[in-house]
Amino acid sequence: MLNSLAAQIIFYFIAAITVGFAALVAFSRNIVYSAFALVGALMGVAGIYILLAADFVAMVQVLLYVGGIVVLTIFAVMLTQGIGDVAVSNRAAGPVAGFSVIALAGAVMLYATLRTPWHLAAKINVSATTYGVGNAFLGAYVLPFEIASLVLLASLIGAVVISRQDPVAPPPADASAEKTRS
Amino acid sequence: MSGGITLDHFLVLGLILFLLGAYCVLTRRNAIGILMGIELILNAANINYLAFAYFGGARYDGQIFAIFVIMLAAAEAVIGLAVILAIYQNLRTIDVDATETLSG
Repeated sequence: MLNSLAAQIIFYFIAAITVGFAALVAFSRNIVYSAFALVGALMGVAGIYILLAADFVAMVQVLLYVGGIVVLTIFAVMLTQGIGDVAVSNRAAGPVAGFSVIALAGAVMLYATLRTPWHLAAKINVSATTYGVGNAFLGAYVLPFEIASLVLLASLIGAVVISRQDPVAPPPADASAEKTRS
Repeated sequence: MSGGITLDHFLVLGLILFLLGAYCVLTRRNAIGILMGIELILNAANINYLAFAYFGGARYDGQIFAIFVIMLAAAEAVIGLAVILAIYQNLRTIDVDATETLSG
């Protein structure tokens, strides 16, 4: 299926879109541009999933990532105003240090990726995956599935508790403000 | 297989996404930017899962792991952004270098 010329053109097109938006996420000076570029990168990844015949995962990606997480991120960017990367000259790790780290790690991983003889299936069968994924979730993976629902409930309650403004004992705003200004 | 899209293509694409996410995590001072880099890294891992699932024959296992990764990313984003908003309410900044109150 992936051997045809059309598949190659589609793959390189989607890969270029994905890498381009991801580079915008990583290198943009403005955090708002990064947040919106994340939408493009994640949509491109969903296209890669469809190319890999994972239709259900692609839909989950669009619904949860693009519809949920990115919207949440953009909300957080808008709520914490005036936090665009102003002090570009004073980064956590300089661009040189970051580039050298990822160049080293990338060279090692690229070597390992291309040299390893991966186990490949002789025959690749492509069909709709929703039936099989649902069966696996309620069969072999039913315990992780239930634990996942518990994790989601805990994170929901935790987010409410953490982000709630405490009406009884307000935090000492003066001390923290002084600390920030100094 | 000559000329087609092979497993290596997808692995290299995942590698590039991972490196961009790692660069984002390493160099950003904005906490939300760091979270975005983490999301890029998780997507790179998901591409690897699905590529191995597609080319290795055992299809549903890799897809289910990818769905679990997406679910954990949602939980991580919710908690992380709640923490960031709480820090912003108290300190009026989300610069990770400025949040050193706990270190005394």
